[in-house]
Amino acid sequence: MERLEFQYSAGAPATGRAVVGVVGSGDLEVLLEPADAGRTTVRVTTSVDGYGKTWQAQLDRVFLGASIGPKGPAVALEINDFGATPGVVGMRIAQAFGALHAASHPNGGPTP
Amino acid sequence: MSNPAALLARDSFIERDARGRVRALIDDGRFRELIDPFQRVTSPWLARQGVVTQSDDGVVVAKGAIDGQPVVILAIEGGFQGGSLGEVGGAKIAGALELAADDNRRGTPTRAVILFETGGVRLQEANLGLAAIAEIHSAIVDLRRYQPVVGIVAGTVGCFGGMSIAAALCSYLVVTREARLGLNGPQVIEQEAGIGEYDSRDRPFIWSYTGGEQRERTGLADVFVDDDSHAMRGAVVALFAKGRPAVERSDAYRHYRDRLSHYDPTVQVTPEIVRQVFLKGAGS
Repeated sequence: MERLEFQYSAGAPATGRAVVGVVGSGDLEVLLEPADAGRTTVRVTTSVDGYGKTWQAQLDRVFLGASIGPKGPAVALEINDFGATPGVVGMRIAQAFGALHAASHPNGGPTP
Repeated sequence: MSNPAALLARDSFIERDARGRVRALIDDGRFRELIDPFQRVTSPWLARQGVVTQSDDGVVVAKGAIDGQPVVILAIEGGFQGGSLGEVGGAKIAGALELAADDNRRGTPTRAVILFETGGVRLQEANLGLAAIAEIHSAIVDLRRYQPVVGIVAGTVGCFGGMSIAAALCSYLVVTREARLGLNGPQVIEQEAGIGEYDSRDRPFIWSYTGGEQRERTGLADVFVDDDSHAMRGAVVALFAKGRPAVERSDAYRHYRDRLSHYDPTVQVTPEIVRQVFLKGAGS
């Protein structure tokens, strides 16, 4: 088990919180909460040791690239990973951001 | 099931995660979680053993309504550690059931639905998991004096170990074709009895004895439903509408003991024999 932490530039604080995914084989859990404006933090706990560079590359793709980018909402992400591939990591993070809208609705549960 | 359009239109219950299953069952999908993931009450034991924890310890406690009546739904996430029950997850279920019984004593008719998707006790937490499961048993027996406790085994993990006893204590049990229910899991039986007696890789064989269809046919489960979210909710609504059963299944133990005494162990058992043994004289 290994713990990793990453930081990115971000825009305004996120308007809600969300939880998606499962700490199951090849999958991961993402908890998304609002953070102070300007900074996104990602804290990863993974069952697979030694993949820090892969995490860095995949998270860079999400938070520096087109999908969220440096103008995206500022969030504190907690990732509990059980051996997900980078593709699954990207999809789960996208799902968490997608769930933000639903979570900010008073009627919604924590996820869509 | 052979119609592809019908298959695609179906809203699978089994494919939903624990929170998604709650949303399918509860009125308007609206619920409030107790000890939600953001409170981060996780297992203190898994981390010490180098195992990644889940923020809700694999148990969702959801309060809301079903058919307009107050309900608490306890959903076990089978994807996390095989749905195993440790100290935290077990305490969440037991505590929520105890609160529901307290509600009833104070005049609020809170009912409970338990989604069993579990291999039983979490081995990493040993006695703490066992103790929690014993508390769950007691809490089900307490609550069912006031309101029916509905158990659901949907699959694909199934329900085994001490939690199979919890399932058997429920007032009503709903199963799907994918469900399995048994005290010992197939691999444990194979290990103890030998592969000649019980081949855990033989899926049709396993399901023919412990699968949902067989459990319903032998009267050990009450309702057999398709893997469909609407059908599942409909089954739960109908069971709550029936109210408490005249006799709880676990109170009918004399009947089951009597039936087992009619089984001849010198004959190799078949699923058909099991059905004959259990159904004969099942009056109610």
